[in-house]
Amino acid sequence: MGYRFFVNGEQVEVEVPGMRRLLDVLREDLGLTGTKEGCGEGECGACSVLLDGAVVDSCLVPVCQASGTSVRTVEGMSEGERLNDLQAAFLEAGGAQCGICTPGMLMAAEAYLVAGGSRDEDAIREAIAGNLCRCTGYTKIIDAIALAAERRRAADPH
Amino acid sequence: MTTRTLPPGTVEAPVIVPPGTPTSGRATDRPPLRREGPEKLTGLAKYADDLVFPGAWYGATVRSTEPHARLLAIDLDEAFDWSRVVIVTAEDIPGENVVSLIDDDQPVLVPVGGEIRHQAEPVALIAAADRGTLREARRHVTARTERLAPIFDPLLSKQEFAHYVVERGDAAAGMKAAELVIEGTYRVGHQEQLYIENQAMIAVPREDGGVTVHGSCQCPYYIHKAMKRALALTGELAVVVQAETGGGFGGKEEYPSILALHAALLALKCHKPVRMIYDRHEDISATTKRHPAVVRYRSGVSREGELVAQEIEVIMDGGAYCTLTPVVLSRGTLHAGGPYRCENVRVVGRAMATNTPPNGAFRGFGAPQTEFAAEMQVNRIAAALDTSPLELRRRWVYREGDITPTGQVLRESVGGIEVIEAAAEASGFERVRRQTANARESRTDGARLASGIGLALAWHGAGFTGSGEVKLASVASVELTTEHRIRILTASTEMGQGTKTIFPQLVAERLGVDYDEVEIAPQDTSIVPDSGPTVASRTAMVVGGLLIRAAERLRVEVEAETGRSFAAGYREARPRRIDEQFVPYPGVQFDDATYTGDAYPAFGWACAVARVDVDLDTGEVAVREVVSADDIGHVIHPILAEGQVEGGTLQAVGYATIEEMKLVDGRYLNDRLATYLIPTSLDAPRMRSILVEKPFSGAPHGAKGVGELPMDVGAPAVVAAIHDATGVWVHDLPATPERIVAAMTGGPMPPAPGVSLEAPDPRQPAIEDLPAGGDPMPFRAPTDPHEDRER
Repeated sequence: MGYRFFVNGEQVEVEVPGMRRLLDVLREDLGLTGTKEGCGEGECGACSVLLDGAVVDSCLVPVCQASGTSVRTVEGMSEGERLNDLQAAFLEAGGAQCGICTPGMLMAAEAYLVAGGSRDEDAIREAIAGNLCRCTGYTKIIDAIALAAERRRAADPH
Repeated sequence: MTTRTLPPGTVEAPVIVPPGTPTSGRATDRPPLRREGPEKLTGLAKYADDLVFPGAWYGATVRSTEPHARLLAIDLDEAFDWSRVVIVTAEDIPGENVVSLIDDDQPVLVPVGGEIRHQAEPVALIAAADRGTLREARRHVTARTERLAPIFDPLLSKQEFAHYVVERGDAAAGMKAAELVIEGTYRVGHQEQLYIENQAMIAVPREDGGVTVHGSCQCPYYIHKAMKRALALTGELAVVVQAETGGGFGGKEEYPSILALHAALLALKCHKPVRMIYDRHEDISATTKRHPAVVRYRSGVSREGELVAQEIEVIMDGGAYCTLTPVVLSRGTLHAGGPYRCENVRVVGRAMATNTPPNGAFRGFGAPQTEFAAEMQVNRIAAALDTSPLELRRRWVYREGDITPTGQVLRESVGGIEVIEAAAEASGFERVRRQTANARESRTDGARLASGIGLALAWHGAGFTGSGEVKLASVASVELTTEHRIRILTASTEMGQGTKTIFPQLVAERLGVDYDEVEIAPQDTSIVPDSGPTVASRTAMVVGGLLIRAAERLRVEVEAETGRSFAAGYREARPRRIDEQFVPYPGVQFDDATYTGDAYPAFGWACAVARVDVDLDTGEVAVREVVSADDIGHVIHPILAEGQVEGGTLQAVGYATIEEMKLVDGRYLNDRLATYLIPTSLDAPRMRSILVEKPFSGAPHGAKGVGELPMDVGAPAVVAAIHDATGVWVHDLPATPERIVAAMTGGPMPPAPGVSLEAPDPRQPAIEDLPAGGDPMPFRAPTDPHEDRER
């Protein structure tokens, strides 16, 4: 009997020890290498995924805890070949440099926007405080998230 | 549209800046999007650990646990079944047991009977089919050693890696004639690059007996050279392919060579691909850091307020092996005077060996250490003269025609005064400084919070030091392929800074074609020529310049052949490849023997203004804002260039405030991300970066490089702001709450940064019980103004 859960909308079942890290299940068992490992102890946020909509460090989540949940990774973000609005904003604003923190950063930003987050700079800083970036100084990441927030508001003023 | 809200106290209206909108000094065309951006944003980009090689084994390193010892034997526990794994020791190295770089002192693995020189020194390698077996095997290997006495203090070390003297005029006589002499000793510690992707290499044995390594790196040809030598392979059999690289900042300049050798040795022995992917703990424990330094400084100022003499001694701690230390020291020594006119200068630089892991390249490469000291001096002189630090720099900064300590005449592209004025105006420096001064004077005893503003200025030599570029003789190529595609071939790596975007941009512009029509070949040593390492802020200036020249030759040839414009005719033209090799910049000459001449073909210039809040009870610092102006010659891509300035500025803020490695017995204590802290989005200041263009005529586009400049100015600007807030100077970096409180209260300073404490005496129960005078340095940083000597 394996662990069953949804990843990016598709049901998966994995036959692995319950304490195997969700990060390893995603990367090695399911081949979803978009989620990155930066520290393995929940400090850097590079492995952030959404677990039932909440941002979690997948290096700290044993797969048994993911059982029955819905997991979203960076691979589930783009719409087919097209970047979604948040990814496009990162590309335009220069929010990705080396790119290794980017998938985790995108997941934290997505959770913020889904919760109705605005372009307010301080709120954005708070939302991504668990995701370390060494390249950008965060300025252009914040610009990108603000841009996406603005566009989502404009598209859906409610 | 996005609004950036300025902090209270600034009168400017909020600046409305859509991302990428040009402001002063920036190009007006909308720049192209990052070339590899879509792959990075969708998770498709393949970093080393994302690459799958079926049947690959996992590799691990057995390291020393002592700072200095003789390796007597490597004991394999008979309780373990060793047929399940592969072990590699120094005896298995087919070529020379050396990691080839500047000096031949560092072994790939310490041989039995050899000397272990630092805590993380590799002595053996293991590979296994799965991680569990690997871990188990690792537990059954012991390095048997005889401990030797370690040296941790570079000031007590007898072994010198490098020594430079830069001298102009008569510093001693100038100092005697000076009206005011300011002295200071400044100390800076290790800084970890902390790229978010750890070091990673995968070696794949080839059927022809060679090996191909795929991994995270800045300099594929450095690895290639190291492999040829240690593995005794020809160039064709030692292939290096860069994987997508998650940040480098200098940390992936040299270290990947030893890691690639380790992976390759295991792969050649087990005949399977071997993955060596460090975790964060191993990465911080074993890889290179920014060099700690002690800078002793004396500045003499005349009655008229001119800088008339500088006497500077720089001592860097190279760690256990030479690595890149001589070049780091050279750059540190050449930049030590700061960007100021002075007739009488003597700078002595020495780099010493200690029994700590080797130090190496990190953005700025020796200059941040010495320019911190230089800027501290200038700010302290301004305070002693009761003059504005801005005004003093306006008076002293190099102008065109001035002569540097190596005798270099600054003929062109001298943007010092422009960056000063731009940063001062944008930050409202003098106005805010008056406000903070008033607040300081009216402050009552119970005040909890103090605000301050500080300014710093820096220069940064563009490209390799001295005759380095001439020796490199880099090649970059543009090819019209048999499929009629335009392809760039260089070994310059993309690690986030934008190589893969600006190269096609430059070539497309010169050929008159669309950005998307120009492709870029993979950084694979079997495909691309050696364009030199991706370091020293040289990529945009040097390799970008070569590509423009190659593209120009291609354009002329194709237009002559087809009789049409390149864009109209290239699809019908014969395939060809143009290789462009570096030729010395006209009139640029340096004498390595006397250390005189043109140390760099040009300099970048940067000014930063930082605003801080300091908690007067706890000494905690919040850096609120950094406004900076950077003269980078020519702005190729404003978004990428600003990204470099902003990222470098935050690394400098971390260097100034929180980033410190602590060592006991030569081992890093805070060797995890939970204990070595870098700034988060909540610690990062609001940043405004102004790009200034004073083109360098030696490069066809005028670019001078941008990556390292911001690293030189951030820390002294922050420490000046802390002084403005509190009235105390902190001479050691980082300016931690402990150091600030000690300076404010006159209490004991924490131990000097960068120097390992001795191993705890077994008769004493814990490190905490070391005597209070645990500072192993023979002298202590003076606190102002008591040690200022005025005549």
